[in-house]
Amino acid sequence: MTAIDTTRPVAPARPPFFRRRSAVPGFALTLGLTIAVLSTVVLIPLFAVALKAGHQPPSEFLKEAFSARALAAYRLSFGAAFLAAAVNGVFGLVTAWALVRYEFPLKGLINGLIDLPFALPTAVAGIALTALYAETGWIGALAKPLGWKIAYTPLGVVVALTFIGLPFVVRTLEPVMRDLSADVEEAAATLGAGRIDTIRRVILPALMPAWLTGFALAFARGVGEYGSVIFIAGNMPYRSEIAPLLIIIQLEEYKYAGAAAIAVVMLGVSFAMLFVINAIQAWARRRA
Amino acid sequence: MSDHPHRLAHEDAPWLKAVVLTVVAAFLVLVLLLPMAVVFVEALRKGLDPALEAIRTPDAQAAIKLTLITAAITVPFNAVFGVCAAWAVAKHRFPGKALLITLIDLPFSVSPVVAGLIYVLIFGAQGWFGEWLLDHDIKIIFALPGIVLATIFVTFPFVARELIPLMQEQGVDEEEAAVSMGASGLRTFWSVTAPNIRWGLLYGVLLCNARAMGEFGAVSVVSGHIRGLTNTMPLHIEILYNEYDFVGAFSVAALLCLLAVVTLVLKTLLEIAQPPSRRVGH
Amino acid sequence: MTISIRSVAKTFGRFPALNHVSLEIADGELLALLGPSGSGKTTLLRAIAGLEFPNEGQIFFGDQDMTYASAAARRVGFVFQQYALFRHMSVAKNIAFGLDVRKGRAKPSKAEIAAKVDELLGLVELSDLGKRYPNQLSGGQRQRVALARALAVDPSVLLLDEPFGALDATVRKSLRKEVRRIHDATGVTTIFVTHDQEEALELADRVAILKDGKIQQVGTPRQVHDEPADAFVAGFVGEANRIEGTVAAGRFSAGEVTIAAPDRPDGPAIAFVRPHQFVKGGAIPLAVRRATHQGPLVRIEGETASGLWLEAAFSRDQANGAGPGDAINLGIERAHIFSA
Repeated sequence: MTAIDTTRPVAPARPPFFRRRSAVPGFALTLGLTIAVLSTVVLIPLFAVALKAGHQPPSEFLKEAFSARALAAYRLSFGAAFLAAAVNGVFGLVTAWALVRYEFPLKGLINGLIDLPFALPTAVAGIALTALYAETGWIGALAKPLGWKIAYTPLGVVVALTFIGLPFVVRTLEPVMRDLSADVEEAAATLGAGRIDTIRRVILPALMPAWLTGFALAFARGVGEYGSVIFIAGNMPYRSEIAPLLIIIQLEEYKYAGAAAIAVVMLGVSFAMLFVINAIQAWARRRA
Repeated sequence: MSDHPHRLAHEDAPWLKAVVLTVVAAFLVLVLLLPMAVVFVEALRKGLDPALEAIRTPDAQAAIKLTLITAAITVPFNAVFGVCAAWAVAKHRFPGKALLITLIDLPFSVSPVVAGLIYVLIFGAQGWFGEWLLDHDIKIIFALPGIVLATIFVTFPFVARELIPLMQEQGVDEEEAAVSMGASGLRTFWSVTAPNIRWGLLYGVLLCNARAMGEFGAVSVVSGHIRGLTNTMPLHIEILYNEYDFVGAFSVAALLCLLAVVTLVLKTLLEIAQPPSRRVGH
Repeated sequence: MTISIRSVAKTFGRFPALNHVSLEIADGELLALLGPSGSGKTTLLRAIAGLEFPNEGQIFFGDQDMTYASAAARRVGFVFQQYALFRHMSVAKNIAFGLDVRKGRAKPSKAEIAAKVDELLGLVELSDLGKRYPNQLSGGQRQRVALARALAVDPSVLLLDEPFGALDATVRKSLRKEVRRIHDATGVTTIFVTHDQEEALELADRVAILKDGKIQQVGTPRQVHDEPADAFVAGFVGEANRIEGTVAAGRFSAGEVTIAAPDRPDGPAIAFVRPHQFVKGGAIPLAVRRATHQGPLVRIEGETASGLWLEAAFSRDQANGAGPGDAINLGIERAHIFSA
């Protein structure tokens, strides 16, 4: 045993200049790189739009950002995105339930197919949906005798956004449903609850945060969606023109400030949605 | 009472099952299956040869080439970024971590058109660096660099958000064990971390690639739609479609549709290789 | 290797995990860090390993200041609670890792590494399992592999974090003996963390008891059990009846219980009496409520007239068939009294 003179005065410990935070190496390098790339590619360019929009007098900005045509475009983008998210909220819930709880033929195939909107380029989805829902298309022709016109109307926009948003609700609900253990339902049953009561009072409340998250994700994606919508929308000013398209039109007319003004409004909504989604998830974690 | 006594407490009644499955089937056919089918039907409306011909035109070939080049730059870039970000976030403690994760996710909630616009405002003729770029004869907007930048933006979070939860779940025990046995940082990554995350990484790369090849809105803003030069496959589809060349448009679309199918098949195989941790969207 | 910990402090955010801890560990010693969860014992172990870095204080290996040295530079063998075996490497590859990552001259030849792996597999009695993968092993086997892997680098100190926490009771017992045997065979300084006092008392040469980031007492298993330094240690190590009362004029009293406490100041106090420190035939009348037989011992639980609940342990002869409903008289042979 090597003796240590523990009585000798101990120099105050001086941490090295870069104090180690963690035993796992590479922190400074990877964090530095992450922040550098994130700033260059995402944050600084986004800041540029705000700067461009702010470069004009406020009255000018308001005029561009909230012109009658822009307002009509927001109404369509937000309204259609909301409706589509609601449609997906209902059918996505049912689909997730079927995928998690039931056994049926071709389940693996259908499960894979759910993610099609993530994998299929939006332009392809756009022309396909248009071909399908136009008056000459397979479904459009069926709807026509009922007096329904789908493609080239706001309804077409809802159809496209439903396609785009479908996986969000299903994929957010699925893991939560799977974790929802059978014993909770069995407990409800032993306490005398009927099946419908159990679903309504035990299962649905447990799924609420995930459902809201899925809804918000689908809505956020729908608001900004462009590729799948422009083919089916008809793009009539004041009627079937979405907000992203209005940005492009402004750009084509070299009205950069006007484009930036609309972009800033849309970015504001994006940030708000991000905040809402984070808040829902924080709420869900607290409840879990 | 419609309840059968022999049914387990967490099972639904047969009638409910039947209703649910019918609704699901109808919904998926209407929204997913028919659109995919219609692409191939429209492409082959005049037979196989015109469809193949449409893909063989010089403009289509140029579009395919540009799409492949764009993906070849974008995907490795975002893969490296994703691994870096996941390493920093999942393997270390630091303040502001939640904010950083949110910011990495940010591009998913930004409209692709806005993503394109921001680069036009910076590098376009009227933008911050517009004059300087013009003086030095560097083209970013309406050229490959702009297309790549816009694509990087929209596919930015894919790999990172796949790896962060996976690596958080795996913890730091194995890395700490390696380090305590004297392994260097790189060695630790390659022999301990990398084998544990390879399937997740591949999964993120796969989704990133599908989006990179299919991106439309963002690329549409920065490309300038110059035929044979700055048209990617999705933009080429738009041009053909607007010129009423439906067979041409749907033929190129069918090619991208096949890409989507391959992506989905590989994705399913990867999920079997490594069951997914909790993914939210995308 | 002697390890010297001098006034080490570590906070996580605002939470103080270690509050100026000092501790000397002798060369070749087997020391247990014992404490409830949140006492800072794992943080202290990780600080010794270089997996956590203190805010204040110093850690010496021999006479070298290692406070801020990287984990890689310390040559410690660390066994993780969940073992942290590399799941994609065979058992042999896992054990060889620490030698395999060395560079240049320091790296042994392939034959040397193979020989070392064989030797270690023999030491932990897993000679035939070198080609298996971690997920093909039982919990106890994984633990042995983790031990062999940590020993492969000829560590200056072997650190084990709750080494038996994830195992079932029977495997625990046999592995405890195993760790003692391996420690005696290799002579390497060993520190292990546990919340299980039985484990600490059975296995260690000395035990350091932690609470709220502070060391309450360091001593041999006999010392911490028989001469607890404070009320916490008395209550935490071994079983004890905890009796709240007061000390006045050198006597502790609570209800029927009075105990001589010559060196304690007057005021409220707590007495700890272990079940086997009771004798029959004293001044405390007890109404027996329960009697349970545990091998050669009989445990008697009962209540005094003033409502004290006491538990005593006797041999069968002493117990003399006492059962529920009987009245017996207890005396106290020894007690530990601390001011409250």
